[in-house]
Amino acid sequence: MTNHTHQRPVIRTEALTRHFTRSKKTVEAVRGLDLEIQQGELVAFLGPNGAGKSTTLRMLTTLIPPTSGTAEVAGHDVVRSRAAVRRSIGYVGQGNAAAFVQRGRDELMSQARAHGIPRAAAKARIDELLAAFDLQEYADRPVQTLSGGQRRRLDIAIGLLNHPDVLFLDEPSTGLDPQNRANLQEQIRRLHQDGTTIVLTTHYLEEADALAGRVIVIDHGVVIADDTATRLKERLGDLVLLGFATEADATTAAARAESALTGPTLIDRTGTQVSIRTPRGADSAPAMAIDLAAHGTPAIRMEVHAPTLDDVFLDLTGRSLRESAESTTQTEGAAA
Amino acid sequence: MTTLTVPAAQVRHTTRVPSRPTGFLTDTWTVLLRELTPKLRQPASMLFAMMQPLVFLGLFAPLLPDVENGSALQWFVPGIVVMTALMGASMTGADLTAEIRSGSHERLLVSPLSRPSLLVGRALKEVVPVLFQTAVILAVVTPFSFDLHLGGVLVGAVIVSLFAIGLGALSFALATAAKEQDWVFWTVQQMLIFPLLLLSGVLLPLDGAPGWLRFLSDINPMTYVVEAERALFSGEFPADVVTGGFVAAAVVAALGVLVGVRTMERSS
Ligand SMILES: Nc1ncnc2c1ncn2[C@@H]1O[C@H](COP(=O)(O)OP(=O)(O)OP(=O)(O)O)[C@@H](O)[C@H]1O
Ligand SMILES: [Mg+2]
Repeated sequence: MTNHTHQRPVIRTEALTRHFTRSKKTVEAVRGLDLEIQQGELVAFLGPNGAGKSTTLRMLTTLIPPTSGTAEVAGHDVVRSRAAVRRSIGYVGQGNAAAFVQRGRDELMSQARAHGIPRAAAKARIDELLAAFDLQEYADRPVQTLSGGQRRRLDIAIGLLNHPDVLFLDEPSTGLDPQNRANLQEQIRRLHQDGTTIVLTTHYLEEADALAGRVIVIDHGVVIADDTATRLKERLGDLVLLGFATEADATTAAARAESALTGPTLIDRTGTQVSIRTPRGADSAPAMAIDLAAHGTPAIRMEVHAPTLDDVFLDLTGRSLRESAESTTQTEGAAA
Repeated sequence: MTTLTVPAAQVRHTTRVPSRPTGFLTDTWTVLLRELTPKLRQPASMLFAMMQPLVFLGLFAPLLPDVENGSALQWFVPGIVVMTALMGASMTGADLTAEIRSGSHERLLVSPLSRPSLLVGRALKEVVPVLFQTAVILAVVTPFSFDLHLGGVLVGAVIVSLFAIGLGALSFALATAAKEQDWVFWTVQQMLIFPLLLLSGVLLPLDGAPGWLRFLSDINPMTYVVEAERALFSGEFPADVVTGGFVAAAVVAALGVLVGVRTMERSS
């Protein structure tokens, strides 16, 4: 998709599987994952709580061994050549990378030492990262006194310290305000431009869309879609909600929209409201509104919603996210 | 979107930092430094483990009758030094539990640091609080009826340091095995330290104890450490007692590191 993409997979998994057994109950967290991610790709794992995103990342980063199947990262097997994998990757986990009793700068320095980066180079790199994530003010305070978002930025800085060839980010934007979210996206784009292979997880389709060329939707430990965000969205379409003065108007308008719109379109009328799900609905909505007004059934309210993860999910599985969350809520909590 | 972007300097991700492979010693040094940094930045944090021993010292010592060859304090203080090491080093695993919970341990596991170094570096750092605490105790008691014999104290410090390294390693092994469940850690820790303490004769001599109690005391390595410290802190160097203390401390250190490294390696 970009000029950095070469035909050599940096991440390759074959039937990658992981089970957890707790008090005699087995959870199949990841079930037979087959993946190929090329060098320089920016991939987002999208899926509800408990889908197996973190477990996949934890296997790819050598934190837990697979129950079965194999995985290679940067040309090294994640079980047989753990040390080599660890030297090639950066990892920002779902938790906090910096210990609460430490200071941010000290943790960055110990990370540099762990990677054998000489002191002077490490210092320069640390200053660079503190500036990039707007952390200079907080670097010399104990981590436990930082806000959630400040801590999260520190986690990311630590993960980037060694200029990894392959970067894994597990929900990197959790707890960030819109400004820092935007900054994070900017940094991730830069890393991508420089050729870093990036795998991140998220719950938000917008985020996956804003960042990743490729979105892998995971549910119950299996891949249920692997496509570009644009295509996932197009296939689903935007939701256009139109409100009318009377039910009669709404009925007429629904019929008119039906004949005017092309492509896979779903139209539904409830009372005085018409909901239309159609590809590129945001683009066609203004013309539609003008057309309806010109034919004597003017819309009095209009909302346009881009598809959400929930919509993609509903489309792919026939279940809404909420339903699927219910079956896993008991086991979550601590992991969240 | 542009308006939201922080005007902060952007990382120049193109400048590669030169990293080089590290060995076990470098890794251990990295872990040791990381562990020590917060302690050195806030030395008062090392006093926490001393509260109980200092209370014992204040409330227990006045009750002790003077022994035939010197003051009660001279007999009691070495035991309190070993007790402080026991308390501090056995609790140290709780720091690891906190790191396992928060995620910072996970980050170290993904880094190129070797598994053994993650344990050994942590265990070695126990030397620093032990020396600091010993110095505080000696500073407190020397103005009273306690004679400071520097040579003996220095040799004693080496023995108690070895002992603390071993205990610390075992404590980390326990924390690694308990994972994020800190109640498991604390239950086992509490279950073990009190028998070790009472059977070592720190608080009361076990001379008049029944046979089975004496036997348990004889197989408790801490007994030999305490005996050696008592001799050394009085400025005496009886070869058998000092060697006994050294061997006991060294056995605990070796066992601790062995068990600790195995547990850490098996943890993932
Ligand atoms: N150590 C563990 N022991 C037992 N079960 C586990 C363990 N780790 C994960 N699981 C289970 O495996 C499943 C997948 O978990 P995982 O953490 O990979 O989900 P996720 O997609 O990252 O979810 P989230 O969006 O909530 O982070 C869940 O049902 C979880 O409860
Ligand atoms: Mg997760």
